[in-house]
Amino acid sequence: MEKSTAAKTATAKLSEKTGRTVQEAIELALEELNVTEDMADIEILDEGSKGIFGLGGKSAKVRATLKEAVSCGKSGACDTDDFEERGSLSRGAASALDFLLGILERMSVDAAIDVTEDEESVMFSISGADAGIIIGRRGETLDSLQYLTGLVVNREGDSFKRVLIDIENYRKKREETLIRLADRLADRVVSGRKSITLEPMNPYERRIIHASLQKNEKIRTYSIGEEPNRKVVISIK
Amino acid sequence: MKELLELIARSLVDKPEEVDVREAEDPKDNSLVLELRVASEDMGKVIGKQGRIARAIRNIIKAAAIKENIKVSVEILD
Repeated sequence: MEKSTAAKTATAKLSEKTGRTVQEAIELALEELNVTEDMADIEILDEGSKGIFGLGGKSAKVRATLKEAVSCGKSGACDTDDFEERGSLSRGAASALDFLLGILERMSVDAAIDVTEDEESVMFSISGADAGIIIGRRGETLDSLQYLTGLVVNREGDSFKRVLIDIENYRKKREETLIRLADRLADRVVSGRKSITLEPMNPYERRIIHASLQKNEKIRTYSIGEEPNRKVVISIK
Repeated sequence: MKELLELIARSLVDKPEEVDVREAEDPKDNSLVLELRVASEDMGKVIGKQGRIARAIRNIIKAAAIKENIKVSVEILD
């Protein structure tokens, strides 16, 4: 997993240093990260000890981790030239990041984007204000943005990468909501012995419903209708 | 709004230099119409199977329009 943050970050995100004292180790670590103490989290790994008569002493060891995601400027524009970790992203992912940053900037949305990439997928996590505008009704805008970003990522090169975009944890929260909804409706189907048809959902959301009810032996789920109005039906087995 | 559509279209096509967006006004309700033109061989890249790409583009433009509190439509011309 490679992780990059679309904001001003130094190349090294983490530094472990040893020194004669804790303070000295911290100073060395911060110096390597090229930041001040308020910009990093300091963890003391070993306090060290003085030893007797200067013999047998143990050095102090600390780990300094750079704090995440400094947000972008007021205009919504991230200074991508300072984005030194860009090099760790694949070409497709890097151009998709530019694409997303460009869209947010032109929509006057202040946001920071965190990118996580592995062989099969690229995940863009957007954080910032105006999440509602980017998400849209029932996540429609977010899905469109994800779809187009997927096209940009996979434009060149023959390997296909799945693209996921989340904003302010929307997807995770939505998944939890859908699972709760599915459980509640399944109970109602069992007690009322009558099928229930849910509101239209995209394939991703329908899959969450199907998967979450798969183990329930009293009911079965299937989908009806055509996209974009395809709906999940929960019925008694 | 024009710049947003240009960016999206240029990121999707093979010939970004041929992407052209013009602003027009809908005579019916004075709303903004964005006319998108791309190289003919790039039409599929902005429309997609069953218009899926065009729909996604319109969704994003619509979101930007909601934020600016205006009405905007996108027309893809050949």
